Amino acid sequence: MSIVGTRVVRQEDRNLITAGGTYVDDLRAEALSGAAHAVFVRSPIAHARIGGIDVSEAKAAPGVLGVFTAADLGLGPHPAGPVEEPWLADGVVRYVGEPVALVLTEERYQLADAAELVDVDYEPLDAVASIGAALDGETLLYPATGSNIVQVNGMAEFDDSIFEGCEVVVTQTIANQRVAPAPLEVRGASFAWGEDGRLTAWLSTQNAQIARSQLAGSLGVGEESVRVIAPDVGGGFGAKIGADPEATVLGWAAKRLGRPVRWVESRSENLTSMTHGRAQLNTVTIGGKRDGTVLAYRLDVIQDAGAYPRTLFLPTLTELMAVGVYRFPVVQTRSRAVVTNTTPIAAYRGAGRPEATAAVERAMDLFAAELGLDPADVRRANFIPPEDFPYRTPTGAFYDTGEYAAALDKVLEAAGYAELRAEQQRRREAGDPVELGLGIAAYVEITGGDGGGESGRVDIHPDGSVVAWTGSSPHGQGLGTSLAMLLSDRLGVPLDRITVRHGDTDEVPKAIGTFGSRSLQLGGSAIRQAADEVIAQARDLAADLLEAAPDDLELDVERGVWQVRGAPSSTVLSWAQVAETASDGKLTADVWFGDGSPTFPFGAHLAVVEVDTETGKVELRRIVAVDDAGPIVNPLTFRGQRHGGLGQGAAQALLEVVTYDEDGNPTTASLADYSFVTAAELPDFELVDMATPTDRNLLGVKGIGEAATIGSTPAVHNAVVDALSARGVRHLDMPTTPIRVWAALSEGNAQ
Amino acid sequence: MKVSIEVNGRPVTEEVPDRTLLVHFLRDTAGLTATNIGCDTTSCGACTVLLDGESVKSCTVLAAQADGHEVTTVEGLSAVDGDLHLVQRAFREQHGLQCGFCTPGMIMASVSLLADNPKPTRDEVRAGLEGNLCRCTGYHNIVSAVIDASGQEVDR
Repeated sequence: MSIVGTRVVRQEDRNLITAGGTYVDDLRAEALSGAAHAVFVRSPIAHARIGGIDVSEAKAAPGVLGVFTAADLGLGPHPAGPVEEPWLADGVVRYVGEPVALVLTEERYQLADAAELVDVDYEPLDAVASIGAALDGETLLYPATGSNIVQVNGMAEFDDSIFEGCEVVVTQTIANQRVAPAPLEVRGASFAWGEDGRLTAWLSTQNAQIARSQLAGSLGVGEESVRVIAPDVGGGFGAKIGADPEATVLGWAAKRLGRPVRWVESRSENLTSMTHGRAQLNTVTIGGKRDGTVLAYRLDVIQDAGAYPRTLFLPTLTELMAVGVYRFPVVQTRSRAVVTNTTPIAAYRGAGRPEATAAVERAMDLFAAELGLDPADVRRANFIPPEDFPYRTPTGAFYDTGEYAAALDKVLEAAGYAELRAEQQRRREAGDPVELGLGIAAYVEITGGDGGGESGRVDIHPDGSVVAWTGSSPHGQGLGTSLAMLLSDRLGVPLDRITVRHGDTDEVPKAIGTFGSRSLQLGGSAIRQAADEVIAQARDLAADLLEAAPDDLELDVERGVWQVRGAPSSTVLSWAQVAETASDGKLTADVWFGDGSPTFPFGAHLAVVEVDTETGKVELRRIVAVDDAGPIVNPLTFRGQRHGGLGQGAAQALLEVVTYDEDGNPTTASLADYSFVTAAELPDFELVDMATPTDRNLLGVKGIGEAATIGSTPAVHNAVVDALSARGVRHLDMPTTPIRVWAALSEGNAQ
Repeated sequence: MKVSIEVNGRPVTEEVPDRTLLVHFLRDTAGLTATNIGCDTTSCGACTVLLDGESVKSCTVLAAQADGHEVTTVEGLSAVDGDLHLVQRAFREQHGLQCGFCTPGMIMASVSLLADNPKPTRDEVRAGLEGNLCRCTGYHNIVSAVIDASGQEVDR
């Protein structure tokens, strides 16, 4: 029986649970002995001119090895988007948390003492602390550009005639609030220049190879002069893609000091200085017939890009995925990205797709509520039917496979939807102050949407062991175990003879890494392709050894041996015997997989909440989910990815939000203030299986890393609104905290 | 000041600055890096260890306060190559970890929870681990791991 599709505990775990792994701050490598410790002095003001920086006192503090500001660096410009982000603030600070100076000391505990002595003269400027303030344009972050709008895409002007002929038109502005990715491991890095002039950088990153290219470029050295190693990485969620600007400054400082440097930020730094996610203000307009058929849909996206736009694909990806799972005849989208005096925005689990899904799934519920129809029925009336696939959406996405109605039906059946609706009605009739709310979200998302491929290499050694190198860069997903399972299945080699390596640019020079749920479909397919190439090599070698035609040989994967087809009792060759005869001492294949085709996982979620209308408190009671990402390699980790996605997605709907006051001061800058979801706020998850393959890669798989995040946020959000719907509430923004629920109820009851 | 702590059964004595936190004593002085630092407000629990058998967040205890006491970290539950502790085994079997960063603290908090409540319900586990944050698992499998370690059947 194939190991693929069976529940396999992870190979990664043993070290993590006994020795705690080796994260970047755990490194005790010889190359880092005597390393200086580093801390960034960061702006405490959202927008200010820097009148001057006096580092003299700091330089004289105990243990200080160096204090550097923008004036010291002499690095080339930061290759970024429409405006230039300085490596260290140069003349102006534009968000609280922006790095202004770097302090290096002998001992870790000397850092804070010395950093406090860096005297920065800030001359405050008016702050642009919201999308509204950015659009007002009274204060500009970059006066030379003449506007806070840094990117415009889609229609310049909307055409209202698309809603002519609609019996009902509903419009709503929906905030998709700013949240903090907050991986448990904050950012950290270590740098050591060798005597050979090569830099080794240990980075907590999702993409060692991208980081290598970035560092080489910014430090002005060739790529061959930089080695990046991603050790164990304590979560990324999109916020550890590549290398952040701090890495360049630290790499420069290590060279300047002539000694290694190690850096780890604090959590409070992390919450203002690591990129945030989401931060869109979306206006939906949906029109159609009274029977629930949608005739036209419009999505107007405004992306808060933060002070330095780093990831401007987010709003356009939201446009691309605007229609979700629906066959809307007419669609209009546009997006604008604005700069504000806040932490830069970048990818966070889902990155552009959760925002599209939240918008269209709220729109469907608003439309259903306006019509007085069940939201499940309205969705069914508008799904793209299975016979329409592959399906090109009006916004240009090319969906591979989808069974959207089946996914919703499975979820509703598993949840007991009809009984839940009856229970809701009973409570309402009884005047129960605790309302029951049911929220549906049907979703489709895009994985491997970056248009690139991935590398994979497989070696089989004369001792019969298999070593594989993947360009993917797992950091908690358990991909190593999944890849080993794929190899075991294909080669007939037991798991304990297979090692999967990744994350070192000297071992894997060419790769893209992990983001956008791309790893199994691209990295996994690359490993499969490399395995097949090794099998082809082995077939020829074994044919020579067995004096048979290559076509007459077969690999018996049950036993992991080569034999003549139809003659299992004849002489067999082990992998070791075949590998021994390989010309360069081992069988090896090094491939690149991928023609840039993305896949489109989909699913449906139902959330059940109880809302205490006397206190505004929301309790998430159940969440039932179908997340269809094609065939499953390891159900254990597949379910784990869904669990994690459900937790983060529900957290956005219920609790989490990064906030600023009107002067741009962050008010959620520590874990004591930021409502990071805990075990006590989440229910057990109810997962329903469904697996619809794609034809766009060798494994038939789609990505699962982000899917459940995308579905769960609008499901939970819709459930809260549904609970309040009988009390005059048609919408409230996330997070649905008690104060907001209570305010919405007060307003709803007044109407 | 001179601090002596018995860490995982091994005495560790060192002259350290007065303000040294227990977590830094464990990581830098004792060389045991499994115990992680995830925040600076005693919120995340990644640094949870046992101090004389009781769970504490070692980022909020001075090494000096632990002077003369016993500390157990996740490295002390089992040898790297030896048999796993029940709770470690359950975290692996139930996929109660992904990136692993919260895991040492989560395991130590779970050991402490089970010492207080050997047969907890799932809701009791959730309440008991509220001070330990995980970003990867959505907590479902962490709860299952603690139930499993308690000898109860995991039914979801």
